[in-house]
Amino acid sequence: MSEKEIKNLEEIFEQRIARDEKIEPKDWMPEKYRKTHIRQISQHAHSEIVGMLPEGNWITRAPSLRRKVALLAKVQDEAGHGLYLYSACETLGVSRDELYDQLHTGKAKYSSIFNYPTITWADIGAIGWLVDGAAIINQVPLCSTSYGPYARAMIRVCKEESFHQRQGYEIMTTLAKGTPEQKAMAQDALNRWWWPSLMMLGPTDAESIHTEQSMKWKLKRKTNDELRQQFIDQTVPQADIIGLTVPDPDLKWNEETGHYDFGEIDWDEFWQVVKGHGPCNHERMSARVNAWEKGEWVRDAAMAYAKKQEEKKLKKAI
Amino acid sequence: MKNENKIQYIYGIADNALILGQRLSELCGHGPSLETDIATTNMALDLLGQTRSYYQYVAQLSGEEKTEDDIAFLRTERQYKNVLLVEQPNVHFGYVITRQFLYDVFHLLLLQELQNSNDEMLSAIAKKAIKEVSYHQRFSSDWIKRLGDGTDESREKVQEAVNDLWKFTDELFHMTDDDKIAVESGIGVDVTTLKDKYHQIVKEILEEATLMVPEVKWFQKGGKQGVHSEHMGYLLADLQYMQRTYPNMKW
Repeated sequence: MSEKEIKNLEEIFEQRIARDEKIEPKDWMPEKYRKTHIRQISQHAHSEIVGMLPEGNWITRAPSLRRKVALLAKVQDEAGHGLYLYSACETLGVSRDELYDQLHTGKAKYSSIFNYPTITWADIGAIGWLVDGAAIINQVPLCSTSYGPYARAMIRVCKEESFHQRQGYEIMTTLAKGTPEQKAMAQDALNRWWWPSLMMLGPTDAESIHTEQSMKWKLKRKTNDELRQQFIDQTVPQADIIGLTVPDPDLKWNEETGHYDFGEIDWDEFWQVVKGHGPCNHERMSARVNAWEKGEWVRDAAMAYAKKQEEKKLKKAI
Repeated sequence: MKNENKIQYIYGIADNALILGQRLSELCGHGPSLETDIATTNMALDLLGQTRSYYQYVAQLSGEEKTEDDIAFLRTERQYKNVLLVEQPNVHFGYVITRQFLYDVFHLLLLQELQNSNDEMLSAIAKKAIKEVSYHQRFSSDWIKRLGDGTDESREKVQEAVNDLWKFTDELFHMTDDDKIAVESGIGVDVTTLKDKYHQIVKEILEEATLMVPEVKWFQKGGKQGVHSEHMGYLLADLQYMQRTYPNMKW
């Protein structure tokens, strides 16, 4: 294809997106669009899968049968999200094995929040309330993103995430209304998860390298800072209702702007964790690699068995 | 039949569901593939759902102000009446599948009889559980075949698990005193009558999977009397951790 022809296709492509048309797997797309989407969707899928680990840590120790079942179901939902996000990603011409390989070799990223440890039961509540809460704010706009398979996957993901968020808040409410020990446990979890949750919405706009292009392709509809403000404005009153204190001495309602002012985020910590030196980066990756490597003989057996069955069928047919 | 005998009879069934559900839930997030991860979690969810139905019924029968959680979390090790098979650890996926398979075949046969119990509640729980456990048996049987008739390595690994776990299968067909009372009162199942059918089904699947049926003469027992393997204490330490550390709280 000549350069002129490509340019022409690109123009048509950008116009389609501007008209809010969905791009489907078989449609022509610029290479950069394909690559950006593989990066973002796989990063999202990896986050779901790695995100199963900190919460999975409490399944065997959940404090009641009801909570145990709910947590199991929640972590299972995340596996499901991973599954359809990997599938959406595969429509862009990359295999699940390749994507896993990128995760295991550290080439692909996942959400840094999952590199923090879950050390008490209240952390399960805090993750649902804050982490899923921040995720929803990030993800709802993606339900109308330009790439069809991703947008459709996100509609389902968001429905389930919003259920998880309510569930997490309900755990926190129960603790906050419980004994002094339980309330202290809830407050401690909020103290530890608050700042990492704010960081989850990404670096400040000035530092964010992907924002402009992503806006054009509707991979992003608001900037990181706008999303962060939205999260804070939404979450602070929720903490107030259950009598917990957001661990930010500079947090203050601003009548003029109609938003909360908040304190400085420790971006050094953010970059430390992103670059692989958070409290659990190593543990999370080992757990994933371990599951993958120890599962190899199982996957091989399934393939070998399927092949044998196929051959048997063929023999019968002849 | 006295309520206390009935409660003990129900523990003999329900504790299997709790302990196997707990074992399976350890695997969530660590499976060999996303699909198997989701499937084993599903089975854990089914089993824990069944556990809740049984324990809620026990709580009601106890006549005290007990909840399903008191029953699940606040008994001592000797008071759990699950068979030794279900508490065995997740050594590798071959063990997980074999343990599941050896229990599923029994579990389904048991429920098919229990649905005829003259205790309405037990009959209703069994009827609901049959649908779930039929799926469990299909899943575990399919995987026994895949692993047995897959690669040399997988055959060796799953055969090792079958050989190792076989010694726990005989206990499935033992009758405790409470079981005998329950059978006499028409609420319980005489598990001794399930043995031949069990062996027939298990043998058929193992042979299809090109696996050997172990020739074991010595079997292990004790779970039904609350005398468990050394693995059980650690499982309970996890299971009971919150309720023991923070007693008398609502979660």
